[in-house]
Amino acid sequence: MRLWQRPLVFGAGLLSSAACFAQSWNMPIGVTNVSREIHGLHMTIFWICVVIGVLVFGAMFYSLFRYRQSRGAKAAHFHENTKIEILWTVIPVLILVGMAIPATATLKNMYDASDAELDVMITGQQWRWRYEYLGENVAFNSNLSTPRSQIGGEEDRGEHYLLEVDEPLVLPINRKIRFLMTSDDVIHSWWVPDLAVKQDTIPGFINENWVKINEPGIYRGQCAELCGLDHGFMPVVVQAMEENAFDDWLAERKKVAEQEAQGVGREWEMDELMARGESVYQSICASCHQPEGQGSPPAFPSLAGNQQLINDLDWHLDKVINGVSGAAMPAFRNTLNPVEIAAVVTYTQNAWGNETEEIVQPARVADQVEP
Amino acid sequence: MSSTGYYVPPTSRWPILGSLAIGLMMAGLGAQLVYGSATLLIVIGALSIIAVMTFWFRDVISESHLGLYDSQMDRSFRWGMGWFIFSEVMFFAAFFGALFYVRMFAIPWLGGEGAKGVSALLWPNFIAEWPLLNPPDTSVPSPEQVFSPWQLPLVNTLLLVTSSITLTISHEALKTGNRSLCRNWLAGTVLLGCCFIFIQGVEYYEAYQHYGITLEAGIFGSTFFILTGFHGVHVIIGTLILIVMLARVMRGHFEDSQHFAFEASCWYWHFVDVVWLGLFIFVYVV
Amino acid sequence: MAPKIPQQSPLQHSDTVATAGGIPQHAAHPTGWRRWVLTTNHKEIGTLYLIFSLTMFFVGGIFALVVRAELFQPGLQLVEPEFFNQMTTMHGLIMVFAAVMPAFTGLANWMIPLQIGAPDMALPRLNNFSFWLLPVSFTLLLSTLLMPGGGPNFGWTFYAPLSTTYAPSSTTFFILALHIAGISSILGAINIIATILNMRAPGMRLMDMPLFVWTWLITAFLLIAVMPVLAGVITMMLMDINFGTSFFDAGGGGDPVLFQHLFWFFGHPEVYIMILPAFGIVSAIIPTFARKPLFGYASMVYATAAIALLSFLVWAHHMFVVGLPLVAELFFMYSTMLIAVPTGVKIFNWVTTLFRGSISFESPMLFALAFVVLFTIGGFSGLMLAISPADFQYHDTYFVVAHFHYVLVPGAIFAIMAGVYYWLPKWTGHYPNETLAKWHFWFSVIGVNLTFFPMHFAGLAGMPRRIPDYALQFADFNFVSSIGAFFFGASQLLFVLVIVLCVRGGKKAPAKAWEGAVDLEWTVPSPAPLHTFETPPVFQSTDK
Ligand code: HEA
Ligand code: HEA
Ligand code: HEC
Ligand code: CUA
Ligand SMILES: [Cu+2]
Repeated sequence: MRLWQRPLVFGAGLLSSAACFAQSWNMPIGVTNVSREIHGLHMTIFWICVVIGVLVFGAMFYSLFRYRQSRGAKAAHFHENTKIEILWTVIPVLILVGMAIPATATLKNMYDASDAELDVMITGQQWRWRYEYLGENVAFNSNLSTPRSQIGGEEDRGEHYLLEVDEPLVLPINRKIRFLMTSDDVIHSWWVPDLAVKQDTIPGFINENWVKINEPGIYRGQCAELCGLDHGFMPVVVQAMEENAFDDWLAERKKVAEQEAQGVGREWEMDELMARGESVYQSICASCHQPEGQGSPPAFPSLAGNQQLINDLDWHLDKVINGVSGAAMPAFRNTLNPVEIAAVVTYTQNAWGNETEEIVQPARVADQVEP
Repeated sequence: MSSTGYYVPPTSRWPILGSLAIGLMMAGLGAQLVYGSATLLIVIGALSIIAVMTFWFRDVISESHLGLYDSQMDRSFRWGMGWFIFSEVMFFAAFFGALFYVRMFAIPWLGGEGAKGVSALLWPNFIAEWPLLNPPDTSVPSPEQVFSPWQLPLVNTLLLVTSSITLTISHEALKTGNRSLCRNWLAGTVLLGCCFIFIQGVEYYEAYQHYGITLEAGIFGSTFFILTGFHGVHVIIGTLILIVMLARVMRGHFEDSQHFAFEASCWYWHFVDVVWLGLFIFVYVV
Repeated sequence: MAPKIPQQSPLQHSDTVATAGGIPQHAAHPTGWRRWVLTTNHKEIGTLYLIFSLTMFFVGGIFALVVRAELFQPGLQLVEPEFFNQMTTMHGLIMVFAAVMPAFTGLANWMIPLQIGAPDMALPRLNNFSFWLLPVSFTLLLSTLLMPGGGPNFGWTFYAPLSTTYAPSSTTFFILALHIAGISSILGAINIIATILNMRAPGMRLMDMPLFVWTWLITAFLLIAVMPVLAGVITMMLMDINFGTSFFDAGGGGDPVLFQHLFWFFGHPEVYIMILPAFGIVSAIIPTFARKPLFGYASMVYATAAIALLSFLVWAHHMFVVGLPLVAELFFMYSTMLIAVPTGVKIFNWVTTLFRGSISFESPMLFALAFVVLFTIGGFSGLMLAISPADFQYHDTYFVVAHFHYVLVPGAIFAIMAGVYYWLPKWTGHYPNETLAKWHFWFSVIGVNLTFFPMHFAGLAGMPRRIPDYALQFADFNFVSSIGAFFFGASQLLFVLVIVLCVRGGKKAPAKAWEGAVDLEWTVPSPAPLHTFETPPVFQSTDK
């Protein structure tokens, strides 16, 4: 759309919405019972406010019009009336009680995460989400997949600009799913408007929430708590599937995970590790250390040409496995598997002119991670 | 009273100089903490603050001696001091609030109790207890043991309570014009204050040397030091104020009926005393 | 509650108070810059505060324009996300602590002594100290933008651990700057309370005081109660950053959410600190231009007190989604909703004051009326946010941004502007240029709504706050908001123009500059001489 056309479209939107309150102007109704209840609450309070507003502003504009000095109005002198003052204290209280009752019921419902059929651990990390299907041995990270070239404007922006990820969270419909939410670094907030779930992830604590989705589909949201540099680039995508499809998907993922676990035991080739390492690096590390490893000092050290890194492999491994406490560098012992860690370290050791020829085997990493 | 009404002081250079001095000290403090190289700036800032305060109070004292202050001015000072102490109460309330919150909510949650007990999944070996000797993250240093309230802390409590009594006696003496009595009891109060500070110093030494209670030692160390530390700073300031009062009493300042500086110092001292009682109960005893 | 004009002239134009031995008195009142820097006069200090505040409004406004310019279209165009975050943070901090709060303190300095018949503030030297701490503080704060690693980038609410473990190194300076600003506020508030409680003209009871004085009395109480808590929490941050404590670190047994509790225990009363004095100003202006006594004076006072007391019990409504236990969630929802009641009382009182008045529409009145309407809209969205389940959808979206700009910009800022237009004749002796003032008003009203109304829609449609780039469906709303922001910003140049013109000349104003005005300040000449009420006026209340 051309810039100059926008106001026109906006104006048209304003007019049409006056009648029907079009979808994209208002809170979505969503696809869970809770989201519907919340939407209902929202509309009820909204209309109550509109009515009060019309009455109050009506009285005000009537007075302004009717008692203008230019119209010759003479001022009266009353300045108190206990009866009416009591009235306009009590009536709002009653209105508020009327709002509080349904709100309380909805809230109680939202807090009841019992009897869930599936537990999903959601971990916020600068700046991606990690999903873990508890007890299923399936876990993965979910990163923004919009190319940087679209953000910079060198390329046309896609339909789901900034709201698309490499791997969405896959959930079954019609099952109650409990979310356990936490964070590895700062506070994030996991939010999908259509599910009416927004919950902060607090490092060191776990918050509970739950969802039961009514319709299959793809639901998009974003991190809703300022979490640093790329807070704006931390989308959430949920793919809700029919139950059978979900079960198949989960079984498939389990198989892949098992294969990966077996990979720890075998010798890996340099090429394999480099290829795997590059993809891990680009999806996990590049947001801080930059795609070419140049970092952005002083906040994020460069890895390319980093002398200590080149000379001291153990130190390097330790940084990646255990992180740097008190700094933004996360510990990856729990969030990447040994193969991934071995691959990314090998990659870092050999990319961008580092050329140390060092190869780290997954088994070595596994030894360091286990005890 | 020599004038027509409420005394409005003439222009003064102390406010602006005081602001700049504070700015200097804060900039120094920041530079010291961040870049580690600004002790000189801090010293200059602190000295300037002290100098400005000295000159400022000197002006106030001489105005008072000149009889420029009437009873309304006296009330202004009273309201001013009273609300200042209220602000101090709220300052400590923040730290007490933190202590209560941690003890009543955060630690039980981390240990698996209460509304957010699921958090214990992240800290499988953590046991909720207070005093917290084993922080959830085992790499955080931990205190080995904590102080028994019935040794040095109890002594300190007795010292401070006594000092409040001696100060009251001193004040009564001032009101009845008995200067030497006032002076002696005030000197006694200052001494008690110094003893308190000394014992607190010993306790800190013990904490670091033998108990493993340090600033880094988890939330126990954090709350312990922020509460006792800020209280200690207040005792030091209070003692300095009392020393100034002592000097002024010895110089024959103050009148039997009008001596608000002395009275304000007493308020301050009693306030510091009350804070200690709260500390004694909630930091040491329970 | 019109006070009788005092019998004897309350004014002494002499430039001296007591010239008792030794200490040089007003006799040698310095001139030039020293007059301003060293002053102890409440009017001069008031002027200093107002000038400082206006300057900072522009600085904060320019930061907002950087934000709005980046958000003009999707994509990253002008600034890096890192700098964007610094702009958002600094905008919030500067507007709250350096624009709105000092503006109200400036008005308090100027008007409270005049309204209660006092010769000056209770502690004049302290008064000047409170002021000069501000430029020092904000120089330090703004200088962090130039430090390595950049300035504060964690929002004006600086949640730990983003503001501790993950913060730029300049954060220590940010904390110290905030400490200085806090000292300034506390000392200023102490002075105001002492003045109001101790310096009223003989015969003026508490319930005779103009509402601006009442609202400030209560505001000052709030300030003294909560600024120290802010000082406490930033001290804990300082310790976590520099001394390895673990207040906000679960690993050591602390809790990041503890930070939020402490911050909002300060932060929520803080937002009422920014609105109560505005209520006071509007309560002076509406009766003046309706030529009718304020309806429900007593209930206004009680309502203000009720809002202030309730404000201590609602802080966690900013934390509905951090995972509070259910009981806490319910308690904070109910207590927050209750605030609508006393606030409603105020709105109804104002409207009833207009009813059967004799209303004229000078610029102060226009701003006051716009305040009533637009603040109420902001209040309604506040009430919607208070419904905890619904807040799960609103929280941290532009709906919240819309809410608080409606209560702050056409709320606090409009009330300040109304106050400035109302009292300019008293300060300068000239009426502001009414034509320009009306242009300023209409541009501002249009600009404000253009900027902030679409934010409601953007928020409901799902746009989070504090993001430098956004999905395509939010483009239209942001486009309009940005145009509105530049339009509103540019209109504020008119405000400066009106003030400058008014200082330099204009239609002469009599002592009682507005026909319907009643309070004591209108009994002294315009411009108010440097020293007023050196002999207290005798105040006779007309019984209500
Ligand atoms: C001047 C400042 C000011 C004022 C006056 C208010 C007033 C109110 N605010 Fe607002 N608020 C802010 C400044 C302010 N707020 C700021 C800055 C933030 C964001 C901070 C941040 O995160 O950065 C915020 C955020 C905020 C939140 C958190 C939202 C979130 O982050 O998720 C909530 C939630 O409850 C809230 C509620 C309210 C309520 C209920 C009022 C009430 O006081 C409003 C009462 C008024 C009315 C209701 C209208 C008039 C009444 C009637 C006509 C009577 C009849 C009406 C009824 C019975 C409905 N505010
Ligand atoms: C009293 C407080 C106050 C005031 C007056 C304002 C005024 C304005 N605010 Fe804001 N704002 C806050 C308090 C305030 N704000 C707070 C607390 C936050 C939250 C911060 C956070 O998330 O941490 C916030 C956040 C905030 C955001 C969200 C940022 C984000 O989430 O990333 C936005 C976005 O549009 C915004 C915009 C504006 C605009 C356009 C104005 C305008 O009204 C400004 C108008 C003024 C000027 C523009 C300057 C004067 C004019 C000139 C300099 C002349 C030159 C100009 C031209 C020629 C055009 N503000
Ligand atoms: C959230 C940001 C972030 C991410 C993601 C991140 N790092 Fe880091 N990294 C840092 C920071 C900050 C430091 C500096 C820590 C310090 O203060 O010593 C660092 C330090 C390092 C160091 C030590 C370099 C030095 O000179 O101190 C290595 C090696 C490293 N990171 C590798 C990685 C690898 C490999 C990955 C991905 C698997 C990664 N990092 C992901 C932020 C990050
Ligand atoms: Cu993660 Cu914002
Ligand atoms: Cu609030």
